[in-house]
Amino acid sequence: MELDPLLISRIQFAFVVSFHAIFPVFTIGLASYIALLESLHFKTNNPQWAQLSRFWTKVFAVTFGMGVVSGIVMSFQFGTNWSNFSWMSANFLGPILSYEVVTAFFLEAAFLGVLLFGRDKVPKGTHLFAALMVALGTFISSFWILVANSWMHTPAGVEFQDGILHVRSWGEAIFNPSFPYRFAHMAVASFLTGAFVVAGVSAWYLMKQHQVEVNRRALSMCLWLILILAPAQAVIGDFHGLNTLEYQPVKVAAMEGNWETQSNVPLLLFALPDQAAQTNRFEIGIPNLASIILTHSADGVVPGISDTPVEEQPPVAIVFWSFRIMVGIGLLMIAVALWGLVLRMRGQLYKPGLFHRILPLMIATPFIAVIAGWFTTEVGRSPWLVHGMISLTEGLTPSLTGGMALATLIGYMSVYAVVYSAGGYYIWRLVMGGMDEGDSKDSHSNTAESGAHAKRPLSAGGPITQGSPASPIKGDWS
Amino acid sequence: MIDFVMIWAVIIAFGVIMYVLMDGFDLGVGILYPFAPNETSRDVMMNTVAPVWDGNETWLVLGGAGLLGAFPLVYSVLLPALYLGVFLLLAGLIFRGVAFEFRFKATPKTKKYWSAAFAGGSTVAALAQGIVVGAYIQGFATENKVYVGGALDWLTPFSVMTGVGLVLGYALLGSTWLIMKTEGEIQDWAYRLTPKLLAAVLFIFVVIGIWTPLVDQFVRDRWFSNIFSIWLLPAGALLSAFVILRAVRNRSEGTPFVATMTLFIFTYLGLLASKWPYVVPPDYTLYDAASARESQLFLLIGVLFVIPVVLGYTAWTYWVFRGKVRAGEGYH
Repeated sequence: MELDPLLISRIQFAFVVSFHAIFPVFTIGLASYIALLESLHFKTNNPQWAQLSRFWTKVFAVTFGMGVVSGIVMSFQFGTNWSNFSWMSANFLGPILSYEVVTAFFLEAAFLGVLLFGRDKVPKGTHLFAALMVALGTFISSFWILVANSWMHTPAGVEFQDGILHVRSWGEAIFNPSFPYRFAHMAVASFLTGAFVVAGVSAWYLMKQHQVEVNRRALSMCLWLILILAPAQAVIGDFHGLNTLEYQPVKVAAMEGNWETQSNVPLLLFALPDQAAQTNRFEIGIPNLASIILTHSADGVVPGISDTPVEEQPPVAIVFWSFRIMVGIGLLMIAVALWGLVLRMRGQLYKPGLFHRILPLMIATPFIAVIAGWFTTEVGRSPWLVHGMISLTEGLTPSLTGGMALATLIGYMSVYAVVYSAGGYYIWRLVMGGMDEGDSKDSHSNTAESGAHAKRPLSAGGPITQGSPASPIKGDWS
Repeated sequence: MIDFVMIWAVIIAFGVIMYVLMDGFDLGVGILYPFAPNETSRDVMMNTVAPVWDGNETWLVLGGAGLLGAFPLVYSVLLPALYLGVFLLLAGLIFRGVAFEFRFKATPKTKKYWSAAFAGGSTVAALAQGIVVGAYIQGFATENKVYVGGALDWLTPFSVMTGVGLVLGYALLGSTWLIMKTEGEIQDWAYRLTPKLLAAVLFIFVVIGIWTPLVDQFVRDRWFSNIFSIWLLPAGALLSAFVILRAVRNRSEGTPFVATMTLFIFTYLGLLASKWPYVVPPDYTLYDAASARESQLFLLIGVLFVIPVVLGYTAWTYWVFRGKVRAGEGYH
């Protein structure tokens, strides 16, 4: 069997980028949360904020480390597997990615060291400044990377000259048509991710009666944020979709599972797209709703997939279903936010119950939604790498054989399997180990130390002790 | 008209040597890990680099992105040519990068696996980088600005030799760093180790010095033409070696590390001078590999403002974490 380097490279990119993506979306949100906690601590001197900050900084450290190393892989993927794409688009993407490194990565990396290790070595205000710089760095980073990514979807400001792209207008290329929507959508997704993780962990601690007071505060903050952002994300997503309809109509057609250009298009809740037959099987839909959402009129015309030649169509089933997963999770998030609001109005927000058992389960959902959304937009762009300009086939590394691509794909999968299951396990143990006591001023320089010479009030793997006399540790939620 | 290509050559060359020196010592600490006196000293060794390794490695990402921005041909030829080697490099960096957090989170039983991951990852990454140097000296088979060679062209006895050379060189940076940042048992051990590592580095240095003109006609012509000043660079490297040796005898704490850095800088300048102006040898020069003038300008404007700021706060973080690292301190 001939191994296809193109297919394997696409799988490889999808694999490494999906694994990478889950870390930044979490750390962007969490970095801002930590910066907020540090600010509150600075302003009020209330040790509870410091207690929360210390705990979440530890989680942040493990996550950020995994994000860094998977990010280094990303910065070489373009060259190893997509060298022609790199060569053709370097005049724009090269400077953009370089700006990301010099304006964001260095900022994050340098100040992260101070945030993690410098609490005793720098004044309090400087430590807060470090937290703010890390948060700022994560944002600047997402700005540049989404400039690059948006431009690949809606390229602007460039033209071909002797087979490579030259930039004619930096303003148009950077602020390309889909950039504002994509940036807003990802920024909100990051905040939602951070909020759901913190809310889930706090709710679980409340169930366990562990460090009740601080976790009430954390839960309350996160639920307010989710209450605002989850519905806002739906609105932003809608605008993003309308923008995509204008610039990448076939992607929207695939998202809707709409094969023929027509009016009164139903919103499909379920369908089995059959690309060979250019139709759906087993449709279940709400009449006219897709037309109403996309054109704001029941008899609005929605473009069809079949308008595009079959060889230029994206794989419809993947786009169709990953879009539904994303939207479904988005709706679930709104429902959870409203549920929280009802409990809050009844004064039952902190009373352990079903809601507090659901929230820890919700931790997984923003990550799944981000990856599903990523699949929707990226797979929906195929067969293009740069929409309408550079195809996947053209972009592939010419010297790459199927065997080489497969070898590294298996390699990355093996490495990531080891590293990320270990990382997940350590984060799990960190959470299971509970928070330090709020007032133990020196605890942060002792915890997680090598054990031999550090007194550890709470080892990472140890039981939750503070305030939870009866709590078993092994994830017993009964 | 200002020659942006030349300016960018200087910036990228600066970025690469920054990476080599900075990640060099923290990779070196990893390479020396298995030989450390005991587990407590391993904790201390890791803590000497834990606050800064991430920033150090960022210079590698800058190298990748900067090449794409300023000399995209280097990026689009070298990465396909070194495909499997790049994977080894990245796999090594992944394991040693996560080991920083994981090792301190591990139970006593599993801790040794993350020590091994840190040591193995650091060594593999250093070896792969050294092999890249050798492969670069050998040159790359290209047609129409596209790599056309095989998957394992980079792997030759010569490139393995340069790989081993860089592992030893990084280990030397690591041991002199530890002289500066530790005291007592670890420092004594590093003092004893440094002359041995230096001897090994010099041995490889001589072997590569004899071997390179034999495998590379271009280098032979360059070295034995009438540019005698090029011989000042290896002379400077040897002088640095002498300074290291004397400083270790006098038990100086900072000089061995500084002199090891100058040893690296002279060797690096020697490599650049030997290949100049070819960046994708044997066919393409800096000018062939450069991106469009407007792209180089656009990036230059920002970089000239931002890089000094980056250097400023990087220096500040080193200042924050100055002084000796002792057992039982330093981790968050």
